[in-house]
Amino acid sequence: MNNFPEKPKEKRGIYMDHAATTYIEPDIKKAMDLYFSDLFANPAGLYGLAQEINGVLNDSRRSIAKILGALSDNIIFTGSGTSSDNLAIFGTAYQHQEIGKHIITTKIEHKAVLEPCRRLEAQGFEITYLDVNEYGQIDIKKLKQAIRPDTILVSIMYANNEIGTVEPIAEIGKEILKIRKENNSNFPYFHTDACQATGSLDLNVEKLHVDLMTINGSKMYGPKGIGVLYKRRGLVIQPMVLGGGQEMGLNSGTENIPNIVGIAKALELAQANKTVENKRLIELRDYFWQEVKNKISNVRLNGSELGDESIRLPNNLNISILGIEGESALLYLDSYGIACSTGSACNSKSLEASHVHVACGLKHEEAHGSLRFTLGHRNTKEDIDYVMKYLPGIVEKLREISPIKI
Amino acid sequence: MTDQEATIRGNDGTNWFYSEEVKDHFFNPRNFLHHDEKFESNAMGKVGSPACGDEMIIWLKINKDEDKIIDCRWQTFGCGSAIASTSVLSEMVKENGGMKIDTALSLKPQEITDRLGGLPIRKIHCSVLGDKALQEALNDWFRKTGQYDRIITAGKKVIDKVLNITDRDIEEAILEGARTLEDVQDKLKVGIGDPEAIPQIEDLIKFYTEKYYG
Ligand code: FES
Repeated sequence: MNNFPEKPKEKRGIYMDHAATTYIEPDIKKAMDLYFSDLFANPAGLYGLAQEINGVLNDSRRSIAKILGALSDNIIFTGSGTSSDNLAIFGTAYQHQEIGKHIITTKIEHKAVLEPCRRLEAQGFEITYLDVNEYGQIDIKKLKQAIRPDTILVSIMYANNEIGTVEPIAEIGKEILKIRKENNSNFPYFHTDACQATGSLDLNVEKLHVDLMTINGSKMYGPKGIGVLYKRRGLVIQPMVLGGGQEMGLNSGTENIPNIVGIAKALELAQANKTVENKRLIELRDYFWQEVKNKISNVRLNGSELGDESIRLPNNLNISILGIEGESALLYLDSYGIACSTGSACNSKSLEASHVHVACGLKHEEAHGSLRFTLGHRNTKEDIDYVMKYLPGIVEKLREISPIKI
Repeated sequence: MTDQEATIRGNDGTNWFYSEEVKDHFFNPRNFLHHDEKFESNAMGKVGSPACGDEMIIWLKINKDEDKIIDCRWQTFGCGSAIASTSVLSEMVKENGGMKIDTALSLKPQEITDRLGGLPIRKIHCSVLGDKALQEALNDWFRKTGQYDRIITAGKKVIDKVLNITDRDIEEAILEGARTLEDVQDKLKVGIGDPEAIPQIEDLIKFYTEKYYG
């Protein structure tokens, strides 16, 4: 074959990067719209409009608390998922450093967890980064062995953003609870970054046995620039932002009411529809993988097995196509109107392959050819057929240009 | 996917991360060796990038009497700028009836990036890869034709004796984006065990920064 597949006359905009961020659904946007210019007051005020807004703020808090099985004053609004992670980690570390300076996390966390941990390391804290197996799952036995009397925090993500692996949070939570009881201690605290899980997994904190949980709006069709940190009642953390004392003193700054309304609405809709939507996404995603396997040689699936949402997010397909480099594949796909992402070294600032792929033991060339498709509301079977109309030709061509023959 | 996420567009409001020329060569690569093509070359150069693990091969057809490259083909495993760099290099070598070997020897990676209308800083090393492959192919030719005095080998010199770090390692670090002694130390831990090496390392940083980004 001498040429890349012919471009379609009408380029379709196919978005398959929902793990990066999602569009805001119209219903959610509509719920937010009112609070930009009409109902805009600062909820701290004493006049009518302010009190009305204060009521809206409380309603949003209550609605989220209910879904989490928590109390209203457990819900702290922050500026993003990243802010929530930072608050959970620094907040615990600085508050309780007298008790211990040891924190446990994993090698596949989001940078929003890893970078604060690195900063703490530089400040004299000791961090244990747990290994994962080839599917990205941690070993609970190893976690238990790693917990010491001076361990103040365990932070393990609910679901991984790159490969979609779901960690056994409820089981981990139960073990940590047991260890705390045995030692008659309040530590370690257990934090989970649930940013990727908010739209599709169970968030009941009692069932998960978590003390701190990060969720955000922008992966479940809500606004960006808003996050929530759930904090179990009675647990003390130090604020990072000081000022007017909003959010129970833990995140000062005038509340971003449109976004707060947006995230509450987004969570409500996502959780209400998750059973139906998960099933639809799993079917689509599994069909996608079948098609890839049938039409492209030398491919591998990264992350846990498909099919079961308790071990893998329903919308995540992460594959490695051997013999091609991810960034060039991405650019080609983009020219056909398809958006996805890659863990290739060539596409990172540091020129290193994705730390998640490395932790899962992927070979260099496997990480190089990795592509992540994350599906969402607007994707249909037709979208997958469209992608599969062009992807095999692009792969064939890139393999032809490459000196590495597989 | 944070860093690994699609950074194909600039974050500074410019539309494309790559120039029109890069795009053109990337989407319409010239002179690559098709898999069923018989190309009679008399020299071949192959390089790999230690930075990101990519690979490039260049085949040359050289006219001995004229001391000139008259045709070439290539294959590249790598990112958009690596593919575009080899494609544009092959065009430069072939145009106007071919390129004198002396001209090819003095070709600088910067001329490749200039022809491409520039590359993002962290992609400069991809164009350097093309230049190195060409150099390797010419060395191959010199070896085959007994012109040993024309062979250019980038000799490695140990700079930091404690950690056994060479000038090549420092060159790579610069290509990967290091600019200061701190950056280089961060990447290589160079000069930490061997403080005497520091002045020499600083000289090398200046030299390579000048060479690739000056
Ligand atoms: S070839 Fe890897 S970044 Fe260009």
